[in-house]
Amino acid sequence: MPSTMFDKIWDRHVIADLGEGWSLLYLDRILVHDLSGGHAMAELAEAGRHVAEPRKVFATPDHAVSSLPGRTAASHAKGERLLDSLRERCAAEGVRIFDLNQPGHGIVHVIAPELAIVLPGLTLACGDSHTCTNGGVGAMAFGIGASELGHALATQTLPQRRPGTFRIRFEGMRPPGVTAKDMILAAIGRFGAAAGTGMAMEYAGSAVRALSMEERLTLCNLSIEMGAKVGMVAPDETTFEYLLGREFAPKGAAWDAALRDWRALASDPGARFTRDEVIEMGDIAPQITWGTSPEQVAAVTGHVPNLSDAPNEGKRAAWEAALDYMGLQPGQKLEGTRVDWVFIGSCTNSRLSDLRAAADVLKGRHKAPHVTAWVVPGSETVKAEAEAEGLHLRFQEAGFEWREPGCALCVAANGESVPDGARCLSTSNRNFVGRQGTGARTHLASPAMAAAAALAGAIVDVRSF
Amino acid sequence: MQEFKSVTGCAIPLMEANVDTDVIIPIQRLLGTGRQGLGQHAFERRRYLPDGADNPDFIPNKPPYRDSPILLAADNFGCGSSREGAVWALMGMGVRCVIAPSFGDIFFSNCFQNGLLPVRLPIGMVRRIAEETEAGPGNARTTVDLERQVVITPSGKAIPFSLDQRKREAMLHGLDDIALTLKHADAIAAWKARDSAERGWAWESIA
Repeated sequence: MPSTMFDKIWDRHVIADLGEGWSLLYLDRILVHDLSGGHAMAELAEAGRHVAEPRKVFATPDHAVSSLPGRTAASHAKGERLLDSLRERCAAEGVRIFDLNQPGHGIVHVIAPELAIVLPGLTLACGDSHTCTNGGVGAMAFGIGASELGHALATQTLPQRRPGTFRIRFEGMRPPGVTAKDMILAAIGRFGAAAGTGMAMEYAGSAVRALSMEERLTLCNLSIEMGAKVGMVAPDETTFEYLLGREFAPKGAAWDAALRDWRALASDPGARFTRDEVIEMGDIAPQITWGTSPEQVAAVTGHVPNLSDAPNEGKRAAWEAALDYMGLQPGQKLEGTRVDWVFIGSCTNSRLSDLRAAADVLKGRHKAPHVTAWVVPGSETVKAEAEAEGLHLRFQEAGFEWREPGCALCVAANGESVPDGARCLSTSNRNFVGRQGTGARTHLASPAMAAAAALAGAIVDVRSF
Repeated sequence: MQEFKSVTGCAIPLMEANVDTDVIIPIQRLLGTGRQGLGQHAFERRRYLPDGADNPDFIPNKPPYRDSPILLAADNFGCGSSREGAVWALMGMGVRCVIAPSFGDIFFSNCFQNGLLPVRLPIGMVRRIAEETEAGPGNARTTVDLERQVVITPSGKAIPFSLDQRKREAMLHGLDDIALTLKHADAIAAWKARDSAERGWAWESIA
């Protein structure tokens, strides 16, 4: 019987059938970060337990570290306490840590593919909902809470209930100005923020095959904004070429053996999905969110909806509350809306190709005087590669701040935030109320759209800018 | 984990969809090191006015609902961030059960690690409980009984709900997942031995 990629990876990792659709799954890799990692390991130690397989666990501080140029751990005092605890527990348990300002450091979901910690066919868990990003290489990667993280660390396993499968095929040629970010935002807008609940997503189709590895990571990153813990793209030559030679990629004969396994991972022709949808690329324009849920999204050329267009009373109330928070009027044109802040970064859009796309929009122009614009590269590696190309100079000449790697303004857990009432065009993944700071108004879009907005000082269509 | 047998109270009709965990507990409150003390910060951006006083318009602040152990919501409650602090904060404000049509997957799992019962009921049923509660908020009581797997509405109608037996047992008895998993130690060892032979590439590059 034909199998999906998800079925193949799940079945291979079942240690025991626990009944009712539950299985005890083996975890090939665990990622930990500063926000919950030190705490989870400390709780284990208090319970007299230890990390079962420390060589399969990788740590890095990203959430609560300052992004200030020249930062140290002490630049954010609360974050330093978390980092100290993470360092101490990693040393005690023998867990590798990619520490602040050291080679390999960065946002956990940027460094895992970059160092080839995550590989096709692997299972990976991390105490962060955007762990689904890592599925871009063809892995089954999912976010968990602090208690499940403790379980994962203590046993290198997790009991999980088998989810359904949801495939979205993106077909056709990519229109100008449309990025992976626009593809996934358009999908969330069409299917809704809960469409993937209880599902594992697979993204496929000719337009996905044509995406670079970094674009596939962006695509999978927002799976959780559709409700899905898991998002995946089948590995192919693009994946293999990306992984070859990276730090923790298999080498020599092991690489050849891995390739044989990886080439058999893709969903079989005729495999059945619980839900299967197609999106025509020709229907997608550059997207921007207008509300406080990622499903509240429109083409940049579009308008904020009228409340009378809401399909039901619940949506109407949600739209009204969102527009009130966002300081927007029903029916308002999105283009031309004044923007105060621009944030280019996060596990969604902070990789080298994202920074190149943003820099290419600048063309020697300067940001609008009233805009504060930040670029936060996703990792030390991204930062170094970008600087080698001179991207940092192009951003700085345009009036952008070139900062240090971390989650920064995506989650505002590091002492940095967008001011109350300010409107921020952000390349991150969540436009929730208060996400970027109390009262901060977030619009999600691609890096190119963000750069264009910084120059114009307002929301603009990058295709005509 | 706290055991859960049954709770009764005036259900809080917070009938909104897509209530995310950022709203339930801001990340800035999770930079300490503990699970305790988060109750006062649950929903804080909506629960308090700028001067720190209670926001009288926020439904959980209204007198019949204060300290209620049961919260009603619409679709996708607890979506977004994996932060388990959302569960700790809800329990800290006294909530032991959330009834909604659907939940964020990670939030749903986190509930069962702590003893907060997430009950899935169709939206029509959740609305009915809300309407019966609002019709007589002073004395409308809803009961959630995990042993019988029923929700009893204020009018006395018993609505059964489904739940995996594995999760029901763990909740009823406050069982520790790690201890249960370690009973499979032999199976884990056997799996590892077989896998490291078959998929050496997955083991060697990080050894």
